[in-house]
Amino acid sequence: MNINITSANIRTWSRIGSGGTFGQTLLELAKNNDKVVAISADMTTASGLERFKTAMPERFFNAGIAEQNLIGIAAGLAKEGFIPFAATQAAFISLRCSDQIKVNMGYMKLSVKLIGILSGFGIGIFGPTHMALEDVALIRAIPNIVILSPADCLETTKAVNAASELNEPVYIRLSGGVPNPVVYKDDYDYQIGKAITLKEGDDVAIIATGSMVYNSLKVAEILAEGGYSARVVDMHTIKPLDTEAIMMSCSAKLIVTVEEHSIHGGLGSAIAERLAPLKVKPPQLIVGVNDFYPHAGEYNWLLEQSGLTVPQIAEKILSSLKN
Amino acid sequence: MTKIDYTRISRQVRETLIKMAYGAGNIGTHIGGSLSAVEILAALYMGVMNISKGGLTSETRDRFILSKGHAAMCQFAVMHQKGIVTDEDIATFKQNGSLFHAHPVINAERGIEFSGGSLGQGLSLAVGTALGLKLKKNDTSSIFVLLGDGECNEGAVWEAAMSAAHYKLGNITAIIDVNRLQLDDFTERVMSLGELEQKFSGFGWRTTVCDGHSVDELIAALSSEHSEQPYCVLANTVKGKGVSFMENVASWHNNRLSKSQYAQALSEVGGI
Repeated sequence: MNINITSANIRTWSRIGSGGTFGQTLLELAKNNDKVVAISADMTTASGLERFKTAMPERFFNAGIAEQNLIGIAAGLAKEGFIPFAATQAAFISLRCSDQIKVNMGYMKLSVKLIGILSGFGIGIFGPTHMALEDVALIRAIPNIVILSPADCLETTKAVNAASELNEPVYIRLSGGVPNPVVYKDDYDYQIGKAITLKEGDDVAIIATGSMVYNSLKVAEILAEGGYSARVVDMHTIKPLDTEAIMMSCSAKLIVTVEEHSIHGGLGSAIAERLAPLKVKPPQLIVGVNDFYPHAGEYNWLLEQSGLTVPQIAEKILSSLKN
Repeated sequence: MTKIDYTRISRQVRETLIKMAYGAGNIGTHIGGSLSAVEILAALYMGVMNISKGGLTSETRDRFILSKGHAAMCQFAVMHQKGIVTDEDIATFKQNGSLFHAHPVINAERGIEFSGGSLGQGLSLAVGTALGLKLKKNDTSSIFVLLGDGECNEGAVWEAAMSAAHYKLGNITAIIDVNRLQLDDFTERVMSLGELEQKFSGFGWRTTVCDGHSVDELIAALSSEHSEQPYCVLANTVKGKGVSFMENVASWHNNRLSKSQYAQALSEVGGI
């Protein structure tokens, strides 16, 4: 990867958030690979693609507010040998055009990279239409699509880079507020499909993804105060799932999954599906958005409405452990 | 070069289609919208497009996208005439697991550019392909897309039409098989398309209208030079063309042939 991983860059990326980091990363990749192209659906600035558009206008396309066409155009470019990154709001790039995703990426396996910016409650200030709480559930049900959900902005650069080198369809789900909390302060080894254990612990295994990885580390601190040691795992790849990491977590008394996504069909469901056939396994607490749409509001308020703040998650885990 | 006998080719394609339809047995086939597209596909494959058996993956080939995927059997039958699709391929038509089924399955070896079946998606693929060719500085290849008129109910067709004009993709030619019928009934009764030609010209396309069963007219229309605008050929056709009991009858969109219907259909197409 030709991207400089320095403390200064990590701070900058955190400040601009995951969307901006994606755009900067893609521009760097494109400088060294003339097959990389970017497509937006009238969401160029939020996708961090303004500089890309200025630096290489011939390799930037705007599909307008037309997500179905966005996917088809990306698929056509992929067929002609390009590496298209199609980026717009996660709510629209997933549900609005799911048949195009199914046919072009799932069925034909064309190597399109979908970037869902502002997933979860990222732009929940605009209400439920703009919340992406079902994107993983939907795309996970479609075969042949890799799903990446980076924990912070450094991991976003790594995910984007890894996706560009993988000749397969990929969905990258970008989450977290701006500024985006730093989980990884230094460079580290990132591989698609290989979860990262951020902290060891015996009592509880917290398997989190995206924005909830940082919160889960904070939750572990609260649990420690209560005398419980928690393992924290960054499940940055939701599909294919790292089965080994799940099995290693089975020695804990409780497995907790945490995601800024519906409790139906996301990471929690994926892990429950793996645990289901095991004869001996710990119980699983699925923490996510409980099958409802909160009203419009600011990011942190929405997390609170959904029970996804650090104290709320800790409380849920403590109450499960005590029962 | 010997002159291509399109009358003979069209007759043979229709014979093949009737045999494929009958051979598929009770599961039925999309015979109506395949019979309407015979001359369009014959003109493209045998006359207009730069596609050959030896050059199916060549960079300079023309790209064909069957957006009305349910006419796959017609594409197979015409490619069979061209020598790309084999007798064995045709023999597996609609058998369990065959790549030659109700809708096209992406297959570089057989020159099938994309899978299809879900309507309204081919024109977007054409736009992406056209942008890709431009980036590669390939200005010789053309992209031909065949859509149904009923398919134009899909909003995605118009998203793509808008973008093809916006990006000045003169290397795209869309052919609309205007057979005036869709699954339920006549398009006029299901969802009126209004002035289809004006719709495309309003979106910034060059347009022309021709008799979709006249290969001469089709070849003249389809041989137009690239310009700065995408190009739409509205080919007026008859759904079920060549078989009297199928012509203009909605129920032949997807249907099966009885033994006596098969005999009648075969004799009628042989007589065209």
